Amino acid sequence: MILFGRRLPAMSSLLIWAALWEVIGRLDLTFFVPPVSAVFATLFQLIQTVAFQNALSTTAYAFVLGVFFAIVIGIPVGILMGKTRILDELLLPWVNIFLSAPLTALVPVLMVLFGFGTKTIVITTALFAIWIIILNARAGVMQINRSLVEMGRSFGASPLQAFFKIYFWAALPEILGGVRIGFIRAVKGVIIGQLLVSIVGFGALFELYSSNFLMEEFWAVLIVLFTLAFSISEFLGYLERKFSYYAASR
Amino acid sequence: MAMSQTKPATAKGAAPAADIAVSVRNVSKNYDDVQALKDLSLDFPRGELTSLLGPSGCGKTTLLKIIAGLLPQSAGQIEVDGKTVTGPGPDRAFVFQDFALLPWANVLRNVAFGLELRGVAKSEREAIAEKYIREVGLAGFEKSFPHQLSGGMRQRVGLARALSVDAQVLLLDEPFSAVDEQTRRKFQEDLLALVANEQKTFIFVTHSIEEAVYVSDQIAILLPRPSRVSEIIRPSSFRNKGVDNIRRDPEYLDIVDQIWASLRSYVE
Repeated sequence: MILFGRRLPAMSSLLIWAALWEVIGRLDLTFFVPPVSAVFATLFQLIQTVAFQNALSTTAYAFVLGVFFAIVIGIPVGILMGKTRILDELLLPWVNIFLSAPLTALVPVLMVLFGFGTKTIVITTALFAIWIIILNARAGVMQINRSLVEMGRSFGASPLQAFFKIYFWAALPEILGGVRIGFIRAVKGVIIGQLLVSIVGFGALFELYSSNFLMEEFWAVLIVLFTLAFSISEFLGYLERKFSYYAASR
Repeated sequence: MAMSQTKPATAKGAAPAADIAVSVRNVSKNYDDVQALKDLSLDFPRGELTSLLGPSGCGKTTLLKIIAGLLPQSAGQIEVDGKTVTGPGPDRAFVFQDFALLPWANVLRNVAFGLELRGVAKSEREAIAEKYIREVGLAGFEKSFPHQLSGGMRQRVGLARALSVDAQVLLLDEPFSAVDEQTRRKFQEDLLALVANEQKTFIFVTHSIEEAVYVSDQIAILLPRPSRVSEIIRPSSFRNKGVDNIRRDPEYLDIVDQIWASLRSYVE
């Protein structure tokens, strides 16, 4: 954005909102909105506590594992769906259903199936992320240039070579887009899992702070979560732009 | 027309059998209800360039892809060096109309890609690729990516890739149709040199009459719906007169006129 002839750094609009937040907080209108300065002060105290660091590592563990499975399963499934007509016909309805389904409602079923432990939280996280990753990988493969496929065949590519040397790279910009959105959905997934399945990690912190009306702590954890999700998303967006230079010439 | 032999398509076996590199026997191709190729037979002499020429929709690209093994024929068979074609094979290499380069790989890797798929060691395949990159005139562009090259240069990459796998038969599908006219003329001259220097059989699909007559040892005229070979023309006299003299050679001009006369009624 350019204001008064000067280019403002990205996200500088946040400063305006922070200022507004501060004003509302100081006016003491509601206990729900403490001043943003107080929230940040709490934040810096909070991140030094053992409770917070344990919550962070518990959440990060479930998150990383869930996203890992979503990517490792989602990308190949999506590519195979884009390549193979029959597989696409079989799986596409399910992918679409789960993409729009209220997955939160499924969590109790998962608890019955997989218990109340970390396993269920990881599965919840993966379920939030995987469908958009599948759909994007599929879309990436479906728009691949036909003659690139024929080129692979005519030079004798085995199915495995075609998969790893042509399809994957041809679909990479779309795959990265799917992974980026998948990451953001996985943040939701892991917190919902930690709230519903077993009260651990950041979910436990949210539960603790909101039920005790500790709004400064509550907002502080939310800001940490937002910052983490935002940085990951920005990093993946950067990768996506780096690889999409060739998207036009496929 | 005295200097060129024009013979009907049905007369085969004029050249000794040993000199035929690719032989198409009674090939038909149906797409659902549409018959694209009907009982088509054609021989491609070894070491020569044969053009497949015809109006659009006459099935020349279909025939080329059947020879490549990329499309299955509905009936008949293709033989390369006496062996029946059942799919793509290392004895044939394809040059694509839209180049079909990997946009994420540089020129060197693109040219070496055919060898990479065959499991040739990296140092060896890159040495071969570098040789052909020089041969097609792209030395210095090894590290460039396709989107940094002009259309003509991209097709040189496609050509170098096809050459580097050292296939006996090169299949070219309208390779110059996406490059500008001047580049195209240069390409045609280079192609003549290539045919003379490499001991390979070239099968060349084009819709340009002038291009076909300029580069070909043998021109097969295909007529559409369903496609069959209507005529085979073998220019005889101007090939050795040098690239600069071909376009004003009387035989060249006669053949161009003759082909246009037989094709004009099919062009709407």
